[in-house]
Amino acid sequence: MALDKNGIAQRIAQELQDGWYVNLGIGIPTLVANYIPDGIEVEFQSENGILGMGPFPFEGDEDADLINAGKQTITATKGAVYFDSATSFAMIRGQHVQLTVLGAMEVSQNGDIANWKIPGKMVKGMGGAMDLVASAENIIVAMMHTNKAGISKLLKTCTLPLTGVGCVKKVVTNLAVLEIKGNQFHLLERAPGVTVEEIVAATEGTIIVPDNVPEMNLEI
Amino acid sequence: MNKVVANPEEALKGVESNMTLMLGGFGLCGIPENSITQLVKLGVTGLTCISNNAGVDDFGLGLLLQGKQIKKMISSYVGENDEFERQMLSGELDVELIPQGSLAERCRAGGAGIPAFYTPAGYGTEVAEGKEVREFNGKPHILEKALHADFAIVKAWKGDTEGNLIFKATARNFNPMMAMAGKITVAEVEELVPAGALDPNEIHTPGIFVQRIFKGLKFEKRIEQRTVRQK
Repeated sequence: MALDKNGIAQRIAQELQDGWYVNLGIGIPTLVANYIPDGIEVEFQSENGILGMGPFPFEGDEDADLINAGKQTITATKGAVYFDSATSFAMIRGQHVQLTVLGAMEVSQNGDIANWKIPGKMVKGMGGAMDLVASAENIIVAMMHTNKAGISKLLKTCTLPLTGVGCVKKVVTNLAVLEIKGNQFHLLERAPGVTVEEIVAATEGTIIVPDNVPEMNLEI
Repeated sequence: MNKVVANPEEALKGVESNMTLMLGGFGLCGIPENSITQLVKLGVTGLTCISNNAGVDDFGLGLLLQGKQIKKMISSYVGENDEFERQMLSGELDVELIPQGSLAERCRAGGAGIPAFYTPAGYGTEVAEGKEVREFNGKPHILEKALHADFAIVKAWKGDTEGNLIFKATARNFNPMMAMAGKITVAEVEELVPAGALDPNEIHTPGIFVQRIFKGLKFEKRIEQRTVRQK
């Protein structure tokens, strides 16, 4: 069965390594914080100016001066630090953040990503996404494999205005884990109960399927 | 040097139509609420506003949009504002969207005497159109130019009579860089204390960047996305 949003987040959380600083985008990526594996310590950066982002506050403890990049009220962990926006993006562009997880509307087989604009329909702006994807060494895209109309979001070439070029190396969807290299998607894992045929059918870009594609193990 | 003025009226003396303003804040967090109210009262129009966001329909910069006081916005993210979207799609409002990190650095550069800088952000996207591209360490970068403002209007938690500022939590955001980039920088603060009352070790923005400071009468501090967990 295809994963839900929490399942995608749970699978991405397995990529976390001890000691990493991690930036989580809005939407599915935010859920990754709920599935940090035991024995692993990571710190979350939110680009509006906090390192050491904690869970949502208890009701009544909300502070208008303490929010994340999604403008949600949050808390700060012990050892957290606040800083201005220029310092925040120095952390990002300077590659001091080890992992960036963000959502996307489209990803292409050469690693391009589009997630900020639908011409004539939605123009909200890119926020920090362009800075994040232009600099991060390690970007994981978290998204549904197809859009609401059932059309593939893993394409030969993106059709929407780009956020960044050749920057995505890994994609985790409700159907599969894929790596991007050599201008192709490489199928690494299937969601539990999802067949290789289903994944191939839902992928418009070139997809390389090895002889053995293991199922994701969400129990670890 | 005493930078204290009595109220927003005095603080914004000299603001005229068609000026370029920088306004601190991220979303509704750390925005100069009292000064925005005063800009509405002044009725100045044709403004170019440099601010990460454009407020919501009935708060923050949304109030200036309602009165059609803004001609152009330079921002990184402008969702959550229907009137903004309407004015932009109808062509009444000119909008320049730039990556958040580039916006912050362009303000910082403006205040720091750096005319332009190269950044990888936006290369290969429509943000790069018309901008110089240069390769460093095998990677393409685009040239982004410094931003300046006639007035930079910021909000701090504490300030002293010398204009030294301390910000609270994530309400710091763009305020320190914008404070540096204004020909005249106005700071509104929640607490205004005498010189010497703030520990010099803990000041975020040195008073040299601030020309006028006043204690805000009222801070609503509206929350845009109230998210909580159960006890």
